[in-house]
Amino acid sequence: MTLLSIRDLAIALPVGADRIYAAQNINFDLAAGEILCIVGESGSGKSMSANAVMGLLPEGVKPVKGNITFDGREILGLSEAEMLPLRGGRISMIFQEPLSALNPLMRVGAQIAEVFEAHGALSKSERRDRALKLLEEVGIPDPQAAIRAYPFQLSGGQRQRVMIAMALALEPDILIADEPTTALDVTTQAQILKLIEDLRKSRGMAVIFITHDFGVVADIADRVIVMQKGEIVETGTADEVLLKPQHAYTRALIDAIPRLVQRVDTEADQGKPLLTVENLEKTFSTGAGSLFGKRRVVKAVQNVSFELFAGETIGIVGESGSGKSTVGRCIVRLLDPDAGRVLMDGVDISHLAGAELRDQRRKLQMIFQDPYSSLNPRARVSRILTEGLIAFGTSKDAAHAKACELLEMVGLDASAMKRFPHEFSGGQRQRIGIARALALDPSIIIADEAVSALDVSIQAQVLDLLAELKTRLNLSMLFITHDLRVAARICDRIIVMQKGKIVEAGPVSKVLHDPDSAYTRSLLDAIPGQEYERALALAEAEV
Amino acid sequence: MKNFWRRFSYNRGAVIGLFILTLVILTAILAPFVFPQSPWKMVQRPFLPPFTDNALLLGTDALGRNVISGLAHGAYVSLLVGLVSTIVALAIGVPIGALAGYFAGRTDDALMRFTEFFQTIPSFALAIVLLAIFQPSLMFVIIAISIVSWPPVARLVRGEVLSLRTREFVEAATLSGLGNTQIIMRHILPNALPPIIVLASLMVAQAILLESSLSFLGLGDPNIMSWGYMIGAARTVIRTAWWLSFLPGMAILLTVLSLNLIGEGLNDALNPRLTRKTQ
Amino acid sequence: MARTDLNTRTGADSVIRFILGRLVKAVFILLAILVFNFLLIHAAPGDPAAVMAGEAGAADEKFLADLRTRFGLDQPLYVQLFIYIKGAVQFDLGYSFRQQMSVAEMIGDRLPATLLLTGVAFVLSLVLGVAAGVAASARQGRWGDTIISTFALLFYATPLFWVALMATLVFSVWLGWLPGFGYSTIGANYTGMAHVLDVAKHLVLPASTLGLFFMAIYMRMTRASMLEVSRLDFVKTARAKGLKRGVIQRRHILRNALLPVITLAGLQAGQIFGGAILTETVFAWPGIGRLMFEAINQRDYNVILGVFYISAAMVLLFNLITDVVYVIVDPRIRLTT
Repeated sequence: MTLLSIRDLAIALPVGADRIYAAQNINFDLAAGEILCIVGESGSGKSMSANAVMGLLPEGVKPVKGNITFDGREILGLSEAEMLPLRGGRISMIFQEPLSALNPLMRVGAQIAEVFEAHGALSKSERRDRALKLLEEVGIPDPQAAIRAYPFQLSGGQRQRVMIAMALALEPDILIADEPTTALDVTTQAQILKLIEDLRKSRGMAVIFITHDFGVVADIADRVIVMQKGEIVETGTADEVLLKPQHAYTRALIDAIPRLVQRVDTEADQGKPLLTVENLEKTFSTGAGSLFGKRRVVKAVQNVSFELFAGETIGIVGESGSGKSTVGRCIVRLLDPDAGRVLMDGVDISHLAGAELRDQRRKLQMIFQDPYSSLNPRARVSRILTEGLIAFGTSKDAAHAKACELLEMVGLDASAMKRFPHEFSGGQRQRIGIARALALDPSIIIADEAVSALDVSIQAQVLDLLAELKTRLNLSMLFITHDLRVAARICDRIIVMQKGKIVEAGPVSKVLHDPDSAYTRSLLDAIPGQEYERALALAEAEV
Repeated sequence: MKNFWRRFSYNRGAVIGLFILTLVILTAILAPFVFPQSPWKMVQRPFLPPFTDNALLLGTDALGRNVISGLAHGAYVSLLVGLVSTIVALAIGVPIGALAGYFAGRTDDALMRFTEFFQTIPSFALAIVLLAIFQPSLMFVIIAISIVSWPPVARLVRGEVLSLRTREFVEAATLSGLGNTQIIMRHILPNALPPIIVLASLMVAQAILLESSLSFLGLGDPNIMSWGYMIGAARTVIRTAWWLSFLPGMAILLTVLSLNLIGEGLNDALNPRLTRKTQ
Repeated sequence: MARTDLNTRTGADSVIRFILGRLVKAVFILLAILVFNFLLIHAAPGDPAAVMAGEAGAADEKFLADLRTRFGLDQPLYVQLFIYIKGAVQFDLGYSFRQQMSVAEMIGDRLPATLLLTGVAFVLSLVLGVAAGVAASARQGRWGDTIISTFALLFYATPLFWVALMATLVFSVWLGWLPGFGYSTIGANYTGMAHVLDVAKHLVLPASTLGLFFMAIYMRMTRASMLEVSRLDFVKTARAKGLKRGVIQRRHILRNALLPVITLAGLQAGQIFGGAILTETVFAWPGIGRLMFEAINQRDYNVILGVFYISAAMVLLFNLITDVVYVIVDPRIRLTT
């Protein structure tokens, strides 16, 4: 039975945007109880049609053509007042960032009870009881406490569960989930996906699930829509689209997904280690300083030791709060470690200062996560690439020549020198960031979530570039990431961290396929789309 | 730059403000040429109403002084005090804020306690105390105004620097071997500039208001004709000659308004993210 | 970061701890002001005793000699500072030679009038300012918004003392609706309700002129803050729940938008007192602001410094109130500090 049907929908962007339509020629049906995934990269317009169903498009963005029929009734162009009973009542929605999606000043219980109030359902005390039941149903550990909590007191996964409880309150026919697991850790993501799947079964609710992650799609989708630049390029059942993609773009996307496949370990020539980290410790304390404030202490890094050899790539993998980034920042001394040693060519740099630190640190450079905040918006590329060289005494002309060389090395044209960062795309910016890291001829590169902010196709290109540069320049790399797939693709050895400690370290094949610790196992199990990957490998082998 | 002007002029109020301010600046520059005589000099009988004598377009005050000449010379004083005290306040506030934000920790604590002290004490009362105890000369008026108006600058700059400091491009600059001074001057402050510029334009306006209030209370430089002094002097005769208070007040209102309007225009032009999307 | 200690703290002790911290800070600021006053007396041109005595007292040699021994002006500076602070802590703010009265007594007489004026102006400006800001933001870009915003822009640019003068001129001199000066009708000797009404009538012009400028500030802040909050994600969540526009405005946007307004109100407390000096001067309102103006004209430094000190204490009190309000509104501070 078709619950929702969209025909020829076109959604216009405000005048002056980079294209006329956010989405156009949108046609699809949603049957009761099915999970439909809309997949695409950023800017593909994948969440636009779902938002249009709710009548909640961003300011200035308007549907200009087409029909949206829900339960046999045209709902596109309904007035605000006519939409109110549908929103939260028959169609509800959850979002990507559960912290900002909840009102910070209202208790969780009140925010759930509000849904009933908005639709005039139940009495006051009944609302509270139902809110409690809902929290139980979505698997919040201590519902009695959670109902009185404020959003900031909950973890990311718990907040998303609250959002889901809110969305389920009036037993809607459709749940629209807009990247609901993107901001969550992989284990939490797996739990939330399972919850959505279970609820779909127990309630017979249809789900429109918007995501950029094919692994997630493979795990939950019944049917899939692939979008590119505001248009649907492919529609079909999950098996059709994922295993026998017809459109070139879909194929390219699927090819770009890093795989966990078994790989042969390359033995790095073990000699003297280039970098030795011994018993590194770092503790953060907040709320200190004031006379009456309570001190909260977080042991971010505890007793971390490892060695990095020449030409080797070590992946440091962990969930948020594992301390993986803190390790990287302590090594390059953007943070000062509390204890432990960091030996670089035999010199302990953990206590150096001034000119000595500067000279040693030259050999350690970093590539950052966010391509938008890692480049000074007010500096031209020429300055970004040359100022380090000039600071170390290279002449202006020599620095300029070297910068042009670097740009070429990372696949950009020398004409980029005169331009500002905002004139480049995310992937290009990340290339500039890589060029900057290489400018001082470092021997070690620390890449902190260097591809996490990029779309999957760009991610693949940047990973390839890094691998190529590593071999060409004989670099060693510390690759910090939350994504085991990415680590699998580029690393020789992997260190798994949890709550500031190393729980497992070893060659990539061992850690990924035969881990010793239960935690690593749980991380691996949580990776979405593993069955699909096996099926895909099988299908590829047949061809 | 072209973009800047397009966005600035998109705000109609800002264009009007710029127009008014240009007029005030011209008046201030031309005052000594058009009215070479001292504005303190008695030129006619007292209380000559406006528009009765073409030579004295706006009439005379209680001591027979030329009102329009006083207004013109007052424009110069207002702008001078507004501009110079803002520059001095920026010279105090920007370094304090930048150091506090960049070095954080104890430096930040110490500097911010200091700033907080100056921000908590009633600033106008402080200015009065300073001027009552020291000689009320133009220089001291400017110093007093600067002393009470730098704390918001320090707070703003600190906030901006604090957030910029943890941005990845600043970390990258550290790793590139740049020194603290270079990082602050080349990477942090240029990015903190837009809000500082907007604040500065509003500070000029506030300084002009403050100067007029001080002069109104008789704490201005006794040798310099200012708008606040004119209102203060005419206060006792408001029943009989209200225009003597009204005219300088309008002059202050228009000047301050124009600066505020320009501040809003600058805000729109420099922070395009926040620009109004409607219209 | 899973947080399991969800409901263990009610937040009451945190609030008390927070207020205690603020009080300690306030005491330090008051002490710092005393040191500052002391330094000013010594930095001023001329004999510190003459500065303390004021212009009128400086002529009297016996009075000066008395001051010198009392404040140990021939002893080392730190002893003098100690004597000065010790006195001030016991509310000995010096003696006004001209008025033949202790400064503390003079301020004590005048303080209630100032507290009444600033208190009423503060509440008035905050309530009306926020209301106007909400109204303007709800009509963003339309006529209502333009009118409210223009008024705010005008009042934000108008010198307070001039508004006061013009208000007297229009409402008192020309229209004769309201009294233009004083605290109550002289010689009327009203009692009970009649007295209250009489004072209220006298309060209308001073309180509304003082309030207008701040109303403009709060209105602008509220409007900007409402518009900013309305773009946040949780507002979209509220809409997705099917809540009505009015409910979203009140329950979700306004409450969050008030936070920066409360912060601003705290920061502006000192400004309100500055405004009171001007307002009281124009309206002959018998508060400590007017007292300061009189002292300026008579170069009565002890009174000026005393008023400065007490006004700072008053501002700290206002600050404390806004801090407490903030903590009540924002659970994040209540439950984490």
